[in-house]
Amino acid sequence: MAMNGKGEELDASKLKVLEYDGIVVGGGGSGLMSSLQLAQSGFKTAVVSKVFPTRSHTVSAQGGITCAIQSADPDDDWRWHMYDTVKGSDFIGDQDSIEYMCQEGPKAVFELEHMGLPFSRTEEGKIYQRAFGGQSKDYGKGGQAERTCAAADRTGHALLHTLYQANLKAGTNFLSEWFAVDLVKNGDNQVVGVIAFEIETGEPYFLKSKATVLATGGAGRIYQTTSNAMINTGDGTGMVLRAGFPVQDMEMWQFHPTGIYGHGTLVTEGCRGEGGYLVNKDGERFMERYAPNYKDLASRDVVARSMMLEILEGRGCGPDADHVYLKLDHLGPEIVHKRLPGITELSKTFAHVDPVEHPIPVVPTCHYAMGGIPTNVHGQVLTQATDGTDNVVHGLYAAGEAACVSVHGGNRLGGNSLLDLIVFGRSAGLHIENALKEGITLSKASNDDIDQALVNLNRVNISSTGEDVANVKSELQKNMQLNFGVFRTGDLMEKGLVELENIREKTQNIHLTDKSSRFNTARVEALELLNLIEVAQATAVCANERKESRGAHARDDFQERDDDNWLKHSIYFADSKEVTKRDVNFRPKTVQAFQPIVRSY
Amino acid sequence: MDAIVSKSISSINLSIYRYDPDSGKKPYMQDLSIDIPEGQDIMVLDLLNIAKEQDPSISFRRSCGEGVCGSDGMNINGKNGLGCITPLSEALKGNKIVLRPLPGLPVIKDLIVDMKQFVDQYKKIKPYLINDEEKPEKEIKQSVEEREKLDGLYECIMCGCCSTACPSFWWNPDKFLGPAALLQAHRFISDSRDTATEERLDQLEDAFSVFKCHGIMNCVSVCPKGLNPTKAINEIKKKLVKRAL
Repeated sequence: MAMNGKGEELDASKLKVLEYDGIVVGGGGSGLMSSLQLAQSGFKTAVVSKVFPTRSHTVSAQGGITCAIQSADPDDDWRWHMYDTVKGSDFIGDQDSIEYMCQEGPKAVFELEHMGLPFSRTEEGKIYQRAFGGQSKDYGKGGQAERTCAAADRTGHALLHTLYQANLKAGTNFLSEWFAVDLVKNGDNQVVGVIAFEIETGEPYFLKSKATVLATGGAGRIYQTTSNAMINTGDGTGMVLRAGFPVQDMEMWQFHPTGIYGHGTLVTEGCRGEGGYLVNKDGERFMERYAPNYKDLASRDVVARSMMLEILEGRGCGPDADHVYLKLDHLGPEIVHKRLPGITELSKTFAHVDPVEHPIPVVPTCHYAMGGIPTNVHGQVLTQATDGTDNVVHGLYAAGEAACVSVHGGNRLGGNSLLDLIVFGRSAGLHIENALKEGITLSKASNDDIDQALVNLNRVNISSTGEDVANVKSELQKNMQLNFGVFRTGDLMEKGLVELENIREKTQNIHLTDKSSRFNTARVEALELLNLIEVAQATAVCANERKESRGAHARDDFQERDDDNWLKHSIYFADSKEVTKRDVNFRPKTVQAFQPIVRSY
Repeated sequence: MDAIVSKSISSINLSIYRYDPDSGKKPYMQDLSIDIPEGQDIMVLDLLNIAKEQDPSISFRRSCGEGVCGSDGMNINGKNGLGCITPLSEALKGNKIVLRPLPGLPVIKDLIVDMKQFVDQYKKIKPYLINDEEKPEKEIKQSVEEREKLDGLYECIMCGCCSTACPSFWWNPDKFLGPAALLQAHRFISDSRDTATEERLDQLEDAFSVFKCHGIMNCVSVCPKGLNPTKAINEIKKKLVKRAL
């Protein structure tokens, strides 16, 4: 029975049921890596994606995959990469996870190359690696490293298409253009699948599974200006919070330095890796003042803040002095066309500038959520007991940007997101594969359990009056942009929090005017808004609670890092809207932990 | 911003194809007057987003908004393109713009077409690397020159603009593979790491798969990524002919 204009309420008895060994929600890099692992092992696997998989946001990643594959430098060492990542995270990245990612990375990168990923090449026929921000040799002592494996400036596109192709080969079932609404939880607090509907027909389903992976990506659409695709609405995060599980470090949002001014679309850090640099209205290469050693390749939080300071102090470019310039014109057409062809297109389209001739106007843009659904290195979702201990949520996994295995801590390094996707997408797949082989037994969900997961969908479907979705969304985005941006302060955040409560009220009262069944994008957008508000509120509460400046979280009223009180993860539950703390992992298995030091570039 | 001030138009006449088979109504063109911010050269997708605020039932696909994901292929004033990277300054005729779904594929609703036929053709060419040799511990080596052969082929975003602009594909969407799938076929034939070139060519040897391309070159003129499927198709044809001699 498709959802229709009669405003009928759905219950468990009206749902079709499909059953799988493993369900992956999300068709981006981490999702397709998980599904590939499962499908190749012969398990009945479905990818549930609200868009055709190659439309997922991984496709937009430009610069590359940071990984010590020893191509550019035969002496490169994954431990140096680990050091950079810990330092980049401002020391709240979990060191067991970072160790796992940096050590396992090369295996995953070579696997992708064997699948056909068209990496750019060196003269020796090896994978091309370029310099990216925050990369060093010899634990910060040996100068700039070149560690980011690239397919021109289209690495994400090459990666995602390769993974989609490999999944076709492996026989993965694609439920393309299906929207996952909520998790189904049984009486034992285990996850046994999701409620989803096929967007084309409006037909609702209970997708039953022994293991559910949330690979739903980021949620940059809580901000007004973002590099994120329109589909990045934090759907997995919303589902987890509504199911009563927590999220972690949601205050940590990366603002990427080089968003195209007026549009937010990104130009890769690889531009600076290839020798580009930022200038203010006086033509000054200002990063030399803020980061004398790494200059334009300091880590992203540092560069974004420096740009904002230049603008705030009146040295911005343009008639409103509200942006700076990214200079590439000195590199010559050959480098620009060979290494940065995609950037040339984007810059011409959105800034009306040919980067070979003129600098590109740029301004920081919301780019990446370091926070997300807490997991261990196997992708198993964690919840926190009242005494503060971690408990695994059986049946539920998360990977990629939606997750917080915490390899990025307070600030992600460029090129580490694609590495995160492939390493932890794969590790979640591996864990599920082993668990399935050993046998997974989850108790059945009752009809009441299923009905519980239909509450949101029903509320939207039967709404007869109320708020306009587009208006509420725009209010939410403006509020986040204004009060929880690059620089934060207590007074503004308090104001923003009050406003968010009002916005939440409105989201609980939205009116879906178009109730048709067939490809109803208005229904999808209404449900996305219910996810955005969960993410926004988690971000806001955590940001206000973390009374220090660390990584991407910069407070005017608490300008110093406070290791005594905040060398911790923040944990947030939606029911209580309260923040608790969780210990950061300082116990890597094969190396000594890196202790917090003053972070300078 | 140094945005190009195209024309001082603030109101656009949008004519958009509307169809919902469930409604029982026949397809029709809906005319809307849309106010746009002055002095900015917004994209066709931005215009659609504004239109959707007026009428939330207008349906179209969109995702990245920057021409990489391939969601929003549509027919803009008679020419296929991506809504998100087609500026109004390019698309407008006077102050009018006509938006229709990609031609030749079944319409699901409004601008949303059923891509199944398109994806099925893509699947037929075995769009994945086939390499039966034992894998090295590290990467399979590929020279800079060998890698360069993939440029202009691997960048396809599967938006469907090319195949749905191709009369040969309109006629034989089940037997002629269409420019997009053939571009992919050539991408794998050209990859020095792929060991299945002969099998791939075998599969393309019939009268329809490749040879129904008559070099009309609509695919080249509409490709939003500036790719050249006709060239790739000709390369495949050459390889097939050479092999037959």
